[in-house]
Amino acid sequence: MSHAIDIDLHREGPGGLETEEMTLNMGPQHPSTHGVLRFVVKADGEVMRRAIPDIGYLHRSIEKIAEKVGYHGFMPYTDRVDYVSAMQCNQGWAMACEKLAGIEVPRRGEYCRVIASEFGRIASHLISVGATGMDMGAITPFTHAIREREYINDILEELCGARLTFNYMRIGGCAWDLPPGFAKRAIAYLDRFEPLIDEYDELISFNKIYVERLANVAPITAERAISWNLVGPNLRGSGVRYDVRRDVPYSAYPEFEFDVPVGTGERGTLGDCYDRYMVRMREIRQSCRILRQALEGIPAGPVVAKVPRTFKPAPGAVHVRVEASRGDMGWFAVSDGTAFPVRVHIRTGSYAAMAAIEELSKGLMIADLVAVIASLDIVAPEVDR
Amino acid sequence: MDADGIHRALREKFAGAVDPDWVAGEWPIVTVGSASVAEVCRLLRDEPALGFDCLSNLSGVDRKDDDRIEVWYHLLSYRHRHQVALRTTTPRLDPVLPTVSHLWPIANWLERECWDLLGVRFVDHPDLRRLLMPEDWVGHPLRKDFVEPDEYHGISTRRESLLKL
Amino acid sequence: MQQLADRLIDTGFLQGLPRGLGYVIVVALFAFLMLNFIMLVAGVTSWLERRVWARIQSRIGPNRVGPQGSIQWLADGIKNIMKEDIVPSAADAPLFRFAPYLAMMGFFGAFAVVPFGDGLIVADINIGVLYVSAVTALVVVGILMAGWSSNNKWALLGGIRSAAQIISYEIPAALAVLTVVLFTGTLSMQGIIRAQGWAPWNWFLFHNPFTFVAFFLFFVSALAEGNRTPFDLPEAESELVAGAFTEYSGLRSLLFFLVEWGNLYLIGAICTTLFLGGWQVPAFTDSGLVLGLAQVLTFFLKAYFLVFVAMWVRGTLPRVRVDQLMTLCWKYLVPIAFVNMILAAFFAAILPNGSIFVKAGMCVFGLGLAVHFFQRVLFHLRRAKPELHLSPIV
Repeated sequence: MSHAIDIDLHREGPGGLETEEMTLNMGPQHPSTHGVLRFVVKADGEVMRRAIPDIGYLHRSIEKIAEKVGYHGFMPYTDRVDYVSAMQCNQGWAMACEKLAGIEVPRRGEYCRVIASEFGRIASHLISVGATGMDMGAITPFTHAIREREYINDILEELCGARLTFNYMRIGGCAWDLPPGFAKRAIAYLDRFEPLIDEYDELISFNKIYVERLANVAPITAERAISWNLVGPNLRGSGVRYDVRRDVPYSAYPEFEFDVPVGTGERGTLGDCYDRYMVRMREIRQSCRILRQALEGIPAGPVVAKVPRTFKPAPGAVHVRVEASRGDMGWFAVSDGTAFPVRVHIRTGSYAAMAAIEELSKGLMIADLVAVIASLDIVAPEVDR
Repeated sequence: MDADGIHRALREKFAGAVDPDWVAGEWPIVTVGSASVAEVCRLLRDEPALGFDCLSNLSGVDRKDDDRIEVWYHLLSYRHRHQVALRTTTPRLDPVLPTVSHLWPIANWLERECWDLLGVRFVDHPDLRRLLMPEDWVGHPLRKDFVEPDEYHGISTRRESLLKL
Repeated sequence: MQQLADRLIDTGFLQGLPRGLGYVIVVALFAFLMLNFIMLVAGVTSWLERRVWARIQSRIGPNRVGPQGSIQWLADGIKNIMKEDIVPSAADAPLFRFAPYLAMMGFFGAFAVVPFGDGLIVADINIGVLYVSAVTALVVVGILMAGWSSNNKWALLGGIRSAAQIISYEIPAALAVLTVVLFTGTLSMQGIIRAQGWAPWNWFLFHNPFTFVAFFLFFVSALAEGNRTPFDLPEAESELVAGAFTEYSGLRSLLFFLVEWGNLYLIGAICTTLFLGGWQVPAFTDSGLVLGLAQVLTFFLKAYFLVFVAMWVRGTLPRVRVDQLMTLCWKYLVPIAFVNMILAAFFAAILPNGSIFVKAGMCVFGLGLAVHFFQRVLFHLRRAKPELHLSPIV
């Protein structure tokens, strides 16, 4: 959070006319900043000279809390790191602790995790693509996406009793087994949902105005995306075929068949907003594919390993990565052998995307900034933690 | 390149700064002297065989008992699909490190965050301001001896525990 | 209207009053009636829009106040009137207070020439269509004034966008109107309607290919002038918070929305007048009253169908960007409108009274387009298998 931002205010326009740069304050309360993001927009009429992101309005010092509440106690807080898709945050923390202590998760537990986090991914991507539509001025795709997300929330509620902050995973596995008949209901939902993806495509993805708004806006080359540390769909939108689930396999993911969709520049430049949007649309289909395999092939057995109540891992430091909805989420945890971690650091996808906006925004229009934020899928709690 | 190769390549160039021991693992840990972190990072990025094109994470750890601050650099190569963690330490009283923000743009914010929360000063950083906390905040909250002030601009940070009633 | 006023003063209610005073009373009476009519139309339109929009978005929409929520608009109006009227301390207060009334005036004035039936019109002036496009341009002054006087950068951007947009789109709209006027030879609203018949092949929509194109040109431009999606840039809520109306609250904010919803009916009414045969009905009965009612109903339904289309468009399309908006207008609509008008002039010179073959051909063409459209809808329904809720009552 800062207030001291000064760049040249006055400049000479054509004909010796002195023009003044307009400083617009976009956020923290603004309809399209998806929470409490703030941008200081330096604009020349409708054209931005740059948009300076200013973060920290949703800083809840989650990393400091981790040092005070211990390993088990931190699990509910991880939900709040990214409350739009909390499952993968759960999984990141659980994996970090398991790696610190060398705990093996039962196979059924891993399957449950995959099922939960893939449903979470679909829900999160639905929000993302719906919100992109809404930021472009079309509210219908958003309500249709939210409608489907409600059903996913129902399914996850069956699993863990919560609809947003799940607190489903535990160190060593999951809190609860799948309820009876869960697989049947989940597959019935997928049968209903998959044809609807086509409907979204017809409604919005191939809409002429929508394509015009997103194509060729803020393209990111692969090299820039990597050096900015963009991850997940944002990176894949630039054509880098990299998915932590496939390239650094974890949990039960090596057992499933799925593709990693990448941007192809189909409607404009490679790595533009439309590519990032379409990568998310296609990832929804791949998640459905993984879910079908997981629901059909789930093995029997326990879902959670035996973990002592007072969890004291050996001293050491780990850095694990999970593929969250907004990409490679890095969990760095340092233990000193006591019941409390020395340090937890969470490197999230939105954080890097937010840092990239200042460079990306140069020369775009104000309406494009909204498109860029939406296509990078920035979620405020993840940026600030 | 495997972890041993990376370590050997670093030892060749920076025999004095890079620790002869390294820890194997998913992220091989190489300990580096604080003064030469930037040069080591530049080598890691620019040497084609190493090719670390991405700084995945930069985290500071306050080791109060040892009176030092550890800073970890988790580096990733998308080109060669290998990874390494650099560990460096700096005294707790006056933590100073060279910046790597000219090597990877993301380091700009990660270093600002590290300065904000742990008070590590990154020399030559173009814009070392607080990132998450308010500009006029006193202290660095992730230090182990940080004490929360009683109030911030007249807003009290203390409250009665409801359990006492 | 003057005949009516004269009759009232000579023989009716107002007998014996000075002629000038009588006129004033009659005009005030008409203004009062029209104002109430507009309020009613705008209110009902707001409720309908919310319901239609809700169904498109698979929601329910307002259904609590009155049967099916049908007097929700009344509750909203009362709520807004009772809200505090906040004027920002840094705003230019007199302009800020006056802006909504100016916008209201511009659009209210246009209703003076909107016909309802044969003879049912406030003033059948002989430059009716010209008057409409002139007087609705006042709305832009109101919005620009609102944006400027709010002393808010978002509002200012919204106001400037609105000015650029409305002034640009006046041109294709006016050219499309002129295309019709070429065939009627009159600018009077009633005159244009009388030049058409009750049957679709006697409407200007199907008169010839050029008026057919002009209809779409006019409808698109009118949507842009009425700040409707996909051209709702002046109040683009995801970009400019609420655009020019960001700082308004209570009744003043309501007035702007009244203009928006009332404008919707105005667009429908003018389109109906120009292209869809207005109030023309076949002479199926001798009773003047029944015939008059049928005319009013016909006109209203036609206008409301277009209002429904505008709601539908709003529920479907995203918003264009400001440069795309200008590109669409200056690079596409304006040249098309010019060429279209010139070709129409040639057509008018060759076949001044139209040709039954051209009309029949255009009717078949229009029918074909409609069939194609519904086939596409059916195709999507079969492919995506969405849940359909066809009953309007939820």
